[in-house]
Amino acid sequence: MIALLILAIFLVVAGIFFFFAATVGFLRFPDFYTRMHATGKGDTFGLLLSLLGLSIYNMLENPTWYMGVVQTVKVLSIAVFWFLASPTATHALLRSAFESGVMPWTKDGKPVIERGEGEKKA
Amino acid sequence: MDQFFIGASVALCVIIFLALYRAVFGPTVFDRVVGAGFVGTKTAVLLVLIGFIYGRLDMFVDLALVYSILNFIGTLIISKYFLRRPSR
Repeated sequence: MIALLILAIFLVVAGIFFFFAATVGFLRFPDFYTRMHATGKGDTFGLLLSLLGLSIYNMLENPTWYMGVVQTVKVLSIAVFWFLASPTATHALLRSAFESGVMPWTKDGKPVIERGEGEKKA
Repeated sequence: MDQFFIGASVALCVIIFLALYRAVFGPTVFDRVVGAGFVGTKTAVLLVLIGFIYGRLDMFVDLALVYSILNFIGTLIISKYFLRRPSR
């Protein structure tokens, strides 16, 4: 029992650590695409770990049907929904940004991708 | 255990305020959209934590679920809206 409690606390702390790492990447990376790389992965994994730890704690604290099992399934459904939704939102945003002319960052400032079909100069 | 939940909530609030820098001063409009979505993800976890603190998890977990669904749909709609527009 106490081992499961320690596991729940460890999972929540690990989730907050991944959130913090994603935030540092979001603030420090040089352009939009690398920032999306940091947030799209760290955010999803941090939310999955945090909600897993909270659901384990809820099953330990309330071992009844309504407050225990039903609410745990709801908490896990948030994690499953976000695990499907976050890559979709990331992909849609990246495609929208690329087609509206946000250029990827390079070290010497030259564009790495030639833009075709007569689009505007970046 | 309440102390732990309050501490985790405060840590999440600090992370939200760090991410709001990019949501306010982002160079492109997509950075602002991603910053808003980033805050929304933390808010889902924060609502579940507040449900544990108040002992009303059955109410707050529904709020968190609806909030994450609305956040996802809002991000999709904004990314469709800014398709093929100038990026500033």
